[in-house]
Amino acid sequence: MIAHSVFFYIFSLIAIVSAVMVTVSKNTVHSVFFLILDFISISCLFIMIGAEFLGMIMLIVYVGAVAVLFLFVVMMLNVAEQKGQWFSSRWDGGTHIPVGLLVSLIIFFELIIVIGGWKYKPDLLNSLSLNISTEVTNTKSIGNVLYTDYILLFQISGMILLVAMIGAIVLTYRERVGVKRQSYVKQISRERAEGVSLVEAEKNKGVKIDA
Amino acid sequence: MLSIGLGHYLTLAAIIFTIGVVGIFLNRKNVIVILMSIELILLAVNINLVAFSIFINDLSGQIFTLFILTVAAAEAAIGLAIIVVYFRNSDTIRVEEIKNLKG
Repeated sequence: MIAHSVFFYIFSLIAIVSAVMVTVSKNTVHSVFFLILDFISISCLFIMIGAEFLGMIMLIVYVGAVAVLFLFVVMMLNVAEQKGQWFSSRWDGGTHIPVGLLVSLIIFFELIIVIGGWKYKPDLLNSLSLNISTEVTNTKSIGNVLYTDYILLFQISGMILLVAMIGAIVLTYRERVGVKRQSYVKQISRERAEGVSLVEAEKNKGVKIDA
Repeated sequence: MLSIGLGHYLTLAAIIFTIGVVGIFLNRKNVIVILMSIELILLAVNINLVAFSIFINDLSGQIFTLFILTVAAAEAAIGLAIIVVYFRNSDTIRVEEIKNLKG
């Protein structure tokens, strides 16, 4: 139990510090790396608490896909050279920083008040239907529910991913002019008469080729 | 203090959520960091759902976390594509210089 608490505090401290560093660090590439660190520590928390499938999925999806996507875009757009420009480096007389801090503090205290004062509805614990059993593993129990009760939501999320993929491709696709490329239709539909011509060659004169 | 309960996880999620909101408000660098702040906010929501799911012993929170993960990945892909197109068109993604829609 002690070890559990110690590890909880270590991982949450790492998560909070790296979340701060995501917003504060001057270099965007460093921000992406701190985001990766944040995801890793949170997924360690998930694994510790007993949701190991989600922890692993977080590692695969976020660290393996989303963060690498961010890194690709950061390096592709060459924004890393904009360093030295912290968010408050140029005070242009705007009021966004005090207002932003105020709103964020209000949100934080509202959340803390809610955490301090909430209670379960008395009949909530009896109305739960998807109890976590300790006999099967986390992955198996999620799979048992995901492919039966939540199959429609599962399919819809697949559709969402498909639409996102098509949308990203359509948005970033750009027809380049002046690039030589293969045209399969042209190659296949070529006739024999276009490629070969038989010439009757006279003796001792050769054949004159004009292109 | 030593036994970790639901409140600890909820507090952690609240802190990370607030950091994400602060990141959106205070960012003057580029839009990619704003997208990363949105990812932080979604991460905080995921922590809440998983913590509730474990502590009231019900699996549906984890299922919903899966779906939120899916939508977050799709959103990141679309957002980054929009950023790439914007950068191609106007050569900057600094927040200060994006004001085409300013009223």
